[in-house]
Amino acid sequence: MTARITQPTVSPPVLQMRSITKRFPGVLANDRVDLDLYAGEVLALLGENGAGKSTLMNILAGLYRPDAGEILIQGRPAEIHAPRDAAAFGIGMVHQNFMLVPTMTVAQNIVLGIADLAFVPDLGAIETRIRELSDRYGLKVDPRAYIWQLGVGEQQRVEILKLIYRGADIVILDEPTAVLTPQEAQDLGRILAVMQAEGKSIVFITHKMAEVIAFSDRVCVLRQGRVVATKRTADTNPRELARLMVGREVLFRLDKRPAQPGDPVLTLEAVHANNDKGLPALRDVSLQARQGEILGIAGVAGNGQQELAEVVTGLRPIKRGKLLINQRDLTHCTSLEAIHAGVSHIPADRVGMGSVGDMPVADNIVMKAYRMPPLARQGVLNRRRILDFARALIDVFQIATPTPQTHVKFLSGGNIQKTILAREIDACTDLLVAVYPSRGLDVGATEAVRRRLLEQRDEGRAVLLVSEDLDELRTVADRIAVLYEGRVMGVVNAEEADVETLGLMMAGASDPVIGDAAADPGTEGGRTQ
Amino acid sequence: MIDTLALLTSILTITLRAGASLIYGAIGETYTERSGILNLGVEGMMLMGAVTAFATAYYSGSVWLGLLVAMGVGATLAALHAFLTVTMRANQVVSGLSITLFGTGLASFLGERLGPASNNFNLVGMVGPRFSPIEIPGLSEIPVLGAFFKQDLLTYALFLLVPLAWAYLYKTRNGLNLRAVGESPQTADAMGIDVIRTRYRYTIVGGMLVGLGGAHLSLAYAPGWSENITGGRGWIVIALVIFAMWNPARAVLGAVLFGGINAVQFRLQAGGATTIPSAYLNMLPYLVTIAVLIAMTWWEALSHRIGAPAALGTPYTREDK
Repeated sequence: MTARITQPTVSPPVLQMRSITKRFPGVLANDRVDLDLYAGEVLALLGENGAGKSTLMNILAGLYRPDAGEILIQGRPAEIHAPRDAAAFGIGMVHQNFMLVPTMTVAQNIVLGIADLAFVPDLGAIETRIRELSDRYGLKVDPRAYIWQLGVGEQQRVEILKLIYRGADIVILDEPTAVLTPQEAQDLGRILAVMQAEGKSIVFITHKMAEVIAFSDRVCVLRQGRVVATKRTADTNPRELARLMVGREVLFRLDKRPAQPGDPVLTLEAVHANNDKGLPALRDVSLQARQGEILGIAGVAGNGQQELAEVVTGLRPIKRGKLLINQRDLTHCTSLEAIHAGVSHIPADRVGMGSVGDMPVADNIVMKAYRMPPLARQGVLNRRRILDFARALIDVFQIATPTPQTHVKFLSGGNIQKTILAREIDACTDLLVAVYPSRGLDVGATEAVRRRLLEQRDEGRAVLLVSEDLDELRTVADRIAVLYEGRVMGVVNAEEADVETLGLMMAGASDPVIGDAAADPGTEGGRTQ
Repeated sequence: MIDTLALLTSILTITLRAGASLIYGAIGETYTERSGILNLGVEGMMLMGAVTAFATAYYSGSVWLGLLVAMGVGATLAALHAFLTVTMRANQVVSGLSITLFGTGLASFLGERLGPASNNFNLVGMVGPRFSPIEIPGLSEIPVLGAFFKQDLLTYALFLLVPLAWAYLYKTRNGLNLRAVGESPQTADAMGIDVIRTRYRYTIVGGMLVGLGGAHLSLAYAPGWSENITGGRGWIVIALVIFAMWNPARAVLGAVLFGGINAVQFRLQAGGATTIPSAYLNMLPYLVTIAVLIAMTWWEALSHRIGAPAALGTPYTREDK
């Protein structure tokens, strides 16, 4: 992947952000940020989660008001109080969680909120116009389809079409590839190129170095709310960008000893299960995870990963098939029975499901162990012992909390995750189910989480790791199963898995190259990214 | 044969008249809920509409002025609800219930204070101006269907209002924006729609229509004021909105069903043709409402239809971190 060559920029910037400052309670999200954007360029906004990228762009899109600073558009000061103002200045944003009304059609979503829309909109004419634009930009989508019928990739195309339809000249994309397969991401690259050729300026937010190099002309790196560097992409490299982003030299290495798998811990035999809407989410899933190995689950979000984790942890009923933990039939077990069988669960939603924000760290930590003596006797809790227990784990897991009594909601995402890890790993005797465990964490916390997973593996437990980060799966897991529409498309050994192959499988091609990798999944040492 | 037709015509006539206040209320509450605001204050607002409409009409001699005051009172109470739930982000259920409790109490109090001195200041039993049924010559003589043409002006107005309310919601720019606010305020906001203003506007419009429904009770359906004149119709309205899947046109079906059972049981009692105790007959419309609601909800769940506006009951602020 090579960087595009930038035209020398002679014209003044179309957009200038000057000394933008934005505070949230307890956080300085943007600290005197300066940013320039030129006509027809693709600018990458690079930074870790929490670096302030989305906040900065939300200010530009009119969703947040800056506490200080000014915005100049075509050299003139622009007051952006609301999204409507941003739209009037030709600024449009594709948000990370899409801004679409699921119960409305593509066409209705596209014209939603347009100020000079006719009182009785002529949907026929609108659909024709949408078709024209979608042909011109290669954004294939049916204007009459309802949003809930569309896949994530299609929804993203609707979002981009929406901006083009409204005549946006400055298009902001917030982590656009997070929900895409590698192939869909390449398509997005082509779409960006067409938009650029049409004279539009694009800002895209990312924390992936490869995308910066592949898509952008210039890159602006944010760290802890500040701009640490702005560079032409051609003049930099991933290593330098990573250092700028994290603030120290980053080693993409993880010490990983070869796996020594033992007896099967988790066995799924032809499992079928439904999702919350009562539609099939898992179809004929057969998988096995053994002692001392990490089984990775890859797939585009929403292809049954969530349901798989819930089935294994007793949270979702199995329609057909069998679930065995250590050869014991737990097909129709409750979540408590799963806990007693030694299954631990790090859920994807760490705030909603993994922790209770309004309860102290200590209480969150003992939420599984509280049933046992000495923490409780005859149902009466022993506060002193609970605090001692919590303090010990806070120490071991290096949870940065002022006191064990601090409410979890006041901790950072990384420390909330460490609190959950502490509870679940402490309780784990056989199987650890981790769903997107490093999502949204900074590099340090991510590293800590991954080390803990490997540690569990090396201590002889089975780990089921659901992740959307292929690099993470290839580094941490021993074998990778790919889910597509609830089916297992194949299982590959992690060290043989290349992104291309995994991507094809994630898009529904059944295992194109490698046969079923039930063979001994021993791996060589560390792997570099 | 002639008698059967006459009976059917008469039942349908009463059905429509009994259903009118429900339809006004249901359209109003539909619009409110479409913006994402659940207003459980309907019962209180209806009662307040009924008592103020009658009192105003009684003293001014103008039913139109009564109507206007009832709409104003409904709008005021709805604006209070909007302030509490949209601006102050209070719990919508609690706020709505408070308005019902407040409205019920105040309406009953006003009913005992606003009357003439000659009646010990009580409004109950007073006779005032009313919207009388107007028979349209010719059309009203058609068997059965003639029932549609012997109604009061407020019921006639519904022939226009229902299709307009439906078309506004589904065919216009404003309706599109309103539905978006109720389904996904984040999206609506990002698309440049003023969520706060939209929620205020349709909560208040809803309140006006609910007040109007109350006025229909005291000025047309059962002219005069009596304690608890609504007979729980405010609650039926809330059930109707669910039954109608937040569609103003479908609300008519529910209202006619409720009105119809009311009319039939009224007939049965009046005719003395039954030995069923009247308490059970009075209960009938409410029991049927519950039964229909259960059946509907069940059916909707089975067929995976999406019903309520997704953001119904949840406050919205932009800078939620």
